Amino acid sequence: MTELLKLDRLALAYEGERGQLLPVVQDLSLSLEQGHIGCLLGPSGCGKTTVLRSIAGFEPPRAGTIELAGRIISSASHQLAPEHRQVGMMFQDYALFPHLTVEQNIAFGLRRQDKARRSLRVDELLSLTALESMRARYPHELSGGQQQRVALARALAPEPQLLLLDEPFSNLDVDTRERLAYEVRDILQKTGHTAMLVTHNQAEAFAIADRIGVMRQGMIEQWGTPFQLDQRPASEFVADFIRREALMAKRAQAYLRGVTP
Amino acid sequence: MDHWAHLFSFVLPAALRNTVALLLGVGALVACLGVGAAWLVTAFDFPSRRIASWALLLPLAVPTYIVAFAYLDILHPIGPFQTVLRDILGYDSPRQFRLPDIRSLPGAIFLLGFVLYPYVYLSTRAMFATQAVSLLEAARVLGESGRSAFFRVALPLARPAIAIGVSLALLETLNDIGASEFLGIQTLTVSVYTTWITRSDLAGAAQIALAMLAIVVFLIMLERHGRRRQRYSNNGRGRTLRARKLTGSAAIIAIGLAWAPVVIGFVAPALYLLFETIRHFDQTGGVSDQLLRSAYNTVGVALAATALTIAAGVIVAWASRATRSARPGRLAMLCVRLGSMGYAIPGTILAIGLLTPFILVDKLMASTWMLLGNPDPGLLLMGSGVALVFAYAIRFLAISIGGVEAGLSRIPPSMEQAARLLGERPGGVLRRVHLPLLRPALVACALLVFVDAMKELPATLLLRPMNFETLATWLYAEASRGTYEEGAVAALAIVLAGLIPVVLLARTQSGSSYSHD
Repeated sequence: MTELLKLDRLALAYEGERGQLLPVVQDLSLSLEQGHIGCLLGPSGCGKTTVLRSIAGFEPPRAGTIELAGRIISSASHQLAPEHRQVGMMFQDYALFPHLTVEQNIAFGLRRQDKARRSLRVDELLSLTALESMRARYPHELSGGQQQRVALARALAPEPQLLLLDEPFSNLDVDTRERLAYEVRDILQKTGHTAMLVTHNQAEAFAIADRIGVMRQGMIEQWGTPFQLDQRPASEFVADFIRREALMAKRAQAYLRGVTP
Repeated sequence: MDHWAHLFSFVLPAALRNTVALLLGVGALVACLGVGAAWLVTAFDFPSRRIASWALLLPLAVPTYIVAFAYLDILHPIGPFQTVLRDILGYDSPRQFRLPDIRSLPGAIFLLGFVLYPYVYLSTRAMFATQAVSLLEAARVLGESGRSAFFRVALPLARPAIAIGVSLALLETLNDIGASEFLGIQTLTVSVYTTWITRSDLAGAAQIALAMLAIVVFLIMLERHGRRRQRYSNNGRGRTLRARKLTGSAAIIAIGLAWAPVVIGFVAPALYLLFETIRHFDQTGGVSDQLLRSAYNTVGVALAATALTIAAGVIVAWASRATRSARPGRLAMLCVRLGSMGYAIPGTILAIGLLTPFILVDKLMASTWMLLGNPDPGLLLMGSGVALVFAYAIRFLAISIGGVEAGLSRIPPSMEQAARLLGERPGGVLRRVHLPLLRPALVACALLVFVDAMKELPATLLLRPMNFETLATWLYAEASRGTYEEGAVAALAIVLAGLIPVVLLARTQSGSSYSHD
């Protein structure tokens, strides 16, 4: 297996009101193999979305590097523009273009291809995401789940090397959320895409990811397989975070069944 | 030093007092009228609501100097309104009963307020219609009554829109010269004008102008401060507010409230001008060529100015947004602020400032041309109207920057980031994402700029080429000569031309498919 994404001692910071630096992420290293789905898991405010935005090219690092397919795309001194990274992203609010139809949204990134290939690719994605009958609709005429699938199809259309997903299921209700998590996983596996996902939901992470990183206050506590995290947590925090989430899920299920544990 | 001593003791204190009182009065009146009307047509359903919601824009077509010109006659002690009133009340002479003179500070506040409130109405209604809906519904669910939902949710949410609208109306007030002059209010603007033109004291005029600029800077800072902390991105999945249906006496009151500003700010003065024009046609039998030519001139310069202004506004506002997170962004922010200053600078002062450099450039070009052995070309920039188009563009850049900024702030940043990740360069993002999404905002801005350029009086008077008349200067000349019927024809033409963009504006507002989402 080859390494596709490599973050090496990455540090990110925001500039405050008076120009001072507010550190968000410090000394973060991880690597993701081709075809795997990685996941950054952590409570809100831990900096996981900032990491994702910096892989996309919207946050210049203060130190460290980001490497994609053996090429440095971000460092403190050099930033490859987002449009040249071959990175796709599914946004939390989906960011569908409201003035374009489903079909036009998906074709947005295919401008440089000739017409025949473009429509072939759009058809392929429409059938992959089961949206054929929606092709002429506008985003506001779709349900939340359908909008999400359009966002996924649009991000996959230009064949990105890496797909980023920012809290992809947080806008959906619980039932749809679980179903879509598996759907997205299937689609990504079918197409062999490498993806990096950000979530605060442990169940989501375990359902979808091959590698999980638990984040806390801008640091990564542990980066490993779901099995490793569950069986050999590297720290108290990781163990707690995963156990608490699992316990809550169990309690919730018990409550729904009408039993008190 | 002499100028300053004289001005300081005789002219400035009274002019400053008048100006501040006028601004406070007009500000309060336009805020009440604009917000009230916007809330009325958004939150309540009553007969004629749809028509009222665009008719409320009509006073945009009536410039301040025309409303003053019209009401001076309408409300004159022996004019139509007071005559009818006396007949009803049973008096037969103005000596027995007359209303307070409109030529007063309260009169000026009243008239200016009723033609300038659409600035507030327009910006606030858009905010109510698109932004506040789900939050208002949330407030209702949390047990707020309709009225407290307005004061606790809708009003604070609309604050940036109100600030923009009020500041535009106040800057318009500060710029006004015709209405203040007709109504006898010695404001700072009038003082600048009379000091320069009547007493040929350019230095003195510039000194009063300085005092005005202080007020202008204060107003701008107030506006920028008010909306600094406001964020109002729209995620594109909202709905329109469901209006409450009014019946019986509530509906009648609503109709009265919604139509009163339209009648006072538009219908009455327009009807008056129409009657005067018809009377004039009966007497003379037609329109003079001069009037036609000035109409043609007016549309020409206004169109050129609109194109220039909108293009510049898009570039400046977009550059400032695109570089906001980067370090050179400060420069772009500075550009936005400087660019927006132009609207604040009253036409008279802008003309003082532009005259000198334009004449310098003209002389330089002429002498270069003559060195090459050609005959004297005269003043190229001043003579061709380029100076005028420039002045308009500087004056009205704030409208287009403000409108584009507000439009851009409704487009979530993720929209642009998505386009970038799909391989589009910044310029392509502007063309394929921002411009289509901004179209309603751009159309609205273009129409506002067009109307304003058409109505503009002070800068036009001072910067137009020789023998070049626009409708506004023609009206002014007629009025100064005292031939009021001819003035009414030009005034009516300005109002009618101003109506076209207002009607178009109303249609784009109700017809665009995604602005309500």
